[in-house]
Amino acid sequence: MTAFGILRRVIFAAALVPAAALVYGALTNNLTANPIDYITDITGLTALTFLTLSLTVTPLRRLTGRNELIKLRRMLGLFAFFYACLHLSTWIILDWFFDFASMASDVVDRPFITLGMTTFLLLLPLAITSTAAMIRRLGKRWQLLHRLVYLAACTAVIHFWWVVKADFREPRLWALALSVLLGFRAWWTLRTRLLSRS
Amino acid sequence: MLIRKPTDIPHSEVTPKSLYLRRREFFQTAAGGAIAAAAMLAPTGARAQTGQKLPNVRKSQYVVAAGDRLNDYDDVTGYNNFYEFGTDKADPKANAQKFNPRPWSIRVEGLVKAPADYGIDDFIKPYALEERIYRLRCVEGWSMVIPWVGIPLADVIKRLEPEPGATFVEFTTLNDPGRMPGQRLPILRWPYVEGLRMDEAMNPLSILAVGVYGEALPNQNGAPIRLVVPWKYGFKGIKSIVKIRFTDSQPRNTWEISAPREYGFYANVNPEVNHPRWSQATERRLGEFRRRNTLMFNGYGEQVAQMYSGMDLRKNF
Repeated sequence: MTAFGILRRVIFAAALVPAAALVYGALTNNLTANPIDYITDITGLTALTFLTLSLTVTPLRRLTGRNELIKLRRMLGLFAFFYACLHLSTWIILDWFFDFASMASDVVDRPFITLGMTTFLLLLPLAITSTAAMIRRLGKRWQLLHRLVYLAACTAVIHFWWVVKADFREPRLWALALSVLLGFRAWWTLRTRLLSRS
Repeated sequence: MLIRKPTDIPHSEVTPKSLYLRRREFFQTAAGGAIAAAAMLAPTGARAQTGQKLPNVRKSQYVVAAGDRLNDYDDVTGYNNFYEFGTDKADPKANAQKFNPRPWSIRVEGLVKAPADYGIDDFIKPYALEERIYRLRCVEGWSMVIPWVGIPLADVIKRLEPEPGATFVEFTTLNDPGRMPGQRLPILRWPYVEGLRMDEAMNPLSILAVGVYGEALPNQNGAPIRLVVPWKYGFKGIKSIVKIRFTDSQPRNTWEISAPREYGFYANVNPEVNHPRWSQATERRLGEFRRRNTLMFNGYGEQVAQMYSGMDLRKNF
């Protein structure tokens, strides 16, 4: 196996650790005094982590010139979606136990939940069209569609920001990371255009 | 406090087990034998330790219905909002262990007959300790049932003799970033301040708690003394109080200063007035799976509703 192949498998295994830790915590009754809140927090944060990691692939590839890194992007993106699904199911099943009326009013009345739901709906088509067949079928439109991930990352960070009461240190860090990652793209695009013009 | 009469002290209380077990350490740190001997005659004054059994706690009529099961000691003392020791619920327990709530003094000031500083033990001594089992509803949508040990706030206020013009009581938490590491960050405006209208403070439900589960209040729960007002959201229950001020103007409480749209002065539990960011119609009792409906005034309407008759509780949230 190549070094890159090993890296891929290591990342895959590491990505399952948060889910495994939650299962282990549930079995040993060790998920704090408020397990539902804890599971919600962990799955949400892990989803945001993988969403952000998926956005580091392109800058890393540009900076290092190592094109094989692109092969990590889909895996990281799908893990973001996997944890977003766990996050949403925690809310539907554990938090509200299928009380759809209350959930619907929360989506409408609570801006942070509106944005959480928006983020999920933005990620959904990206996950569906992540297969090789879909990439081929959509062609150029695939890239256009997958730019939605920038929007999803923004709504995800604001969703986190709005749920925090007073201690904004953590959401601030995520916002900073996202600004750097999106800023890099803007800078790179501008630079390429200027270079091609001259 | 060193000249407390030993005859007041039951034999079993002369040397608490915790102090006895730590006697080597204690003798090492004590300046001399005389101090050590005196301290042994006044164990509660010398060092009230987390978990130390409180003597002579009488039961009270304030208990909850059978449907309200007491939360575990570990939940009550391990899941806390006490930003002075960190913003995560587990932080206060982790970060408050070294905090020593002795010596402790409480300043009484403002519109009161005799402004003064009181040592904590002298402050509590005139009153009988009683157990009050109350529901606690956090503004974040979770709740617990807690067996507090405390003294009626009304009795304290009557003894302090506020002037007739005193219409509000303001409480202040200790401000000491050296001992409260959370205060090193400007997350809230320190020190934490809370207030009650005088009639709220005089309501028989209002207590100053010094213990929980029959034991001295653990540091993470607001040692050595904190406010408990069970019909209001938990953040009104200011912890580690060092100042009580009687005033004629409505105090601005810390969370109201932090986010005036979200937290008001009254902060009465009210399922019909939603927090802008979450519904207050339901709550999760820690230890339970399904949500419960939140009760008006946290179920204490019979005792407190009349204080707010004619008030628009949507405006005065």
